[in-house]
Amino acid sequence: MPYNIDAVFQIAGIGIIVAMIHTILKQMGKEDFAHWVTLFGFGVVLFMVAMLIQDLFTTIKNVFLFRM
Amino acid sequence: MEILQVVGLGLITTILILVVKEQKPIFAFLLATFVGITIFLALAGKIADVIRILENLATQAHVNNLFLETILKIIGIAYIAEFGAQVTRDAGQGSIASKIELAGKVLIMVMAIPIITVIIETIVSILPA
Repeated sequence: MPYNIDAVFQIAGIGIIVAMIHTILKQMGKEDFAHWVTLFGFGVVLFMVAMLIQDLFTTIKNVFLFRM
Repeated sequence: MEILQVVGLGLITTILILVVKEQKPIFAFLLATFVGITIFLALAGKIADVIRILENLATQAHVNNLFLETILKIIGIAYIAEFGAQVTRDAGQGSIASKIELAGKVLIMVMAIPIITVIIETIVSILPA
């Protein structure tokens, strides 16, 4: 397994922490901030997944669709 | 024993997804996608080894390079289409998953056309005029 397994825990941790912040901000009555926090967390995680997807596509091109 | 690592990663991820899904389903989905890609990337090296051996065998047997290349491309299309369809279906979009599979089938058919052409040309040349 040459790939970093830490990222799995990072994504899960970001999810839990964003959910916590969302709940706290909602109870403080700042729903606007709560939605922005959720969107930001989603963007960060989506960036991590997108990087890995790029890696996946490069690998598949190298392995299967060689000379492309 | 890489299988133990893959199974352990899968179990840990399943538990984490169950925890996260309660609050934020979108993070659970991204986590599932991430782990799926990680497992696939861990396996890609092994698949590459097998393909190199196949390539060597084909070179020694003087097989036309067109056939091997086409078959490898078809296998790659099948893997990536299956992966994309499963990720999309996990997110609950069965119709998009069906379209991805349809695209995979059509592209595989397009890839297979040169081989079919060669076969038909061979048959036509064998037949008496």
